[in-house]
Amino acid sequence: MGMTIGEKIIARAAKVDEVKPGDIHTIEVDRLMSNDGTTHLTIDMYHNQLKNPRIADKDKLVFIIDHNIPAENPKTAEAHKKMRNFAKEHDITFYEGKGICHQIMVEDFVCPGEFIMGADSHTCTYGALGAFGTGIGCTDFLYAMVTGQSWVLVPETIRFNLTGKLREGVYPRDLILSIIGMVGASGCNYKIMEFAGEGAHNLSINDRLVLCNLAVEAGAKTGIVEPDDKVVEYVESRGRKAEHLFVSDPDAKFEKVYDINLDEIEPVVARPHLIDDVVPVKEVEASEVKIDEAFLGSCNNGRIDELRVAANILKGKKVNEHVRFLITPASNAVYIQALQEGLIDIFMEAGAMVMNSNCSVCWGSCQGVIGKDEVLISTGTRNFKGRAGDPDSYVYLGSAATVTASAIAGKIVENK
Amino acid sequence: MSRVFKFHNDVDTDQIIASQYLLLPNIEEMKAYTFESIDPEFSKKVQKEDIVVAGENFGCGSSREQAPSVLKALGVKAVVAKSFARIFYRNAINIGLPVIVCKDLYENVNDLDEITLDLLEGTIQTKDDTFSCTKLPPYMQNILDKGGLINFLNEGEV
Repeated sequence: MGMTIGEKIIARAAKVDEVKPGDIHTIEVDRLMSNDGTTHLTIDMYHNQLKNPRIADKDKLVFIIDHNIPAENPKTAEAHKKMRNFAKEHDITFYEGKGICHQIMVEDFVCPGEFIMGADSHTCTYGALGAFGTGIGCTDFLYAMVTGQSWVLVPETIRFNLTGKLREGVYPRDLILSIIGMVGASGCNYKIMEFAGEGAHNLSINDRLVLCNLAVEAGAKTGIVEPDDKVVEYVESRGRKAEHLFVSDPDAKFEKVYDINLDEIEPVVARPHLIDDVVPVKEVEASEVKIDEAFLGSCNNGRIDELRVAANILKGKKVNEHVRFLITPASNAVYIQALQEGLIDIFMEAGAMVMNSNCSVCWGSCQGVIGKDEVLISTGTRNFKGRAGDPDSYVYLGSAATVTASAIAGKIVENK
Repeated sequence: MSRVFKFHNDVDTDQIIASQYLLLPNIEEMKAYTFESIDPEFSKKVQKEDIVVAGENFGCGSSREQAPSVLKALGVKAVVAKSFARIFYRNAINIGLPVIVCKDLYENVNDLDEITLDLLEGTIQTKDDTFSCTKLPPYMQNILDKGGLINFLNEGEV
């Protein structure tokens, strides 16, 4: 019986020849990532609840402070201190203020074919490099940290066959929001979203990161793009090896197959408060939605590609006087590159605020929080009620182009 | 007997416990803010043995384990929903909070109704009907029966 990419990765991690949906396997985790959203609780459990506290393999662990960095109050500072001290005491690889956890993992760690668990829902991003990344809570993290293992219920795979190419002015962000609009916010609950076909191979690594990152917003356990030479090239350029490039067998079983022509995708936004309430930007533009804030950043959309899109639109223009426009590069590597390319100058001359690399407005408690009745257009990951601040505020999600054009116009518009 | 606290479809983890409270030192400090954006009085009203009933996709969104943890800390006996988002579901089992899929209960109970949940039998009794719930795979039921993954881990330890 043939297997899908995700099934092959699980079989490798479980050290078995074959797995099928519904099986439960014990797997060896290749890498474990935890950020400041929950690590202080994990450490408390480690000290207070374990009979025999130990770490199976410290070299598999990565701790990253990215959500509330720099700390905004003394309690956060204490949580950070706990994490910093634990990492030091146990010689765990530790990042602080260097970027969003998933961007750092992609830049420095993820290899194709690996099974990676992260204490953050957007761990599914790593499928862009042909890895199986999945989000877990801190108890799962603790169990895996102590034993090196975890349990996995093998999910069904839903295949998205992509053909064609995104048209100019249409971005992978529009593609994944369109897909979520089509399948629904729980349309892939507990499934693997597998992206393949020539359309998928036409996408850059950046584009694939955008695609896989939002898989969890359709409920998926992970999203994986069929790995190819682009993955090998990226991974090797970062000094790592691409040893396990898994593709689905011709007789692999998919629960469902969708065929998507990339040429037909158009610029869209997700309206508050549901990510599957996706409509063409034109439609929102027609209803004159004024905005108070715009945000460009996040693990979904804060890389150099998006910053370039924004700079191209902003060059020589000004951010609308009624709008705060926050721009947050996804990592310091991205930030430095943007500096070298002169993008930061363009942003600041236009009147945008450029923040240090962190989860920023997308996290809704670190910076750029919005007030009652305020409207935000964002490249963040979620538009839940209250996600960006007051429970009675409104978040629209769109591409970097839509967000930037809207920041100039003071209302939601399609970039022309 | 348990009282029902009824919520809608797609209750996300930000609504269960918002991000600005996640870095508080512990769950005890966080629990007062449970469901703050939907029902700010929830943490004061809820009592031990009460049951949260919801529609589809309960717990969608982030992987924050604080979401099931604050519910458990407030004494919630179980969450019964038409369906759950996967990370919340797994986290709840890992901390020993029963999460029960029951397709038909939702339309047949109102807020503050009294119901009886029999965890062993997998049944829920309202004043008019008895509903049966979807069973967990044995592996996951075993984790839940032990009171969560940490107990499961400690059991094999010396």
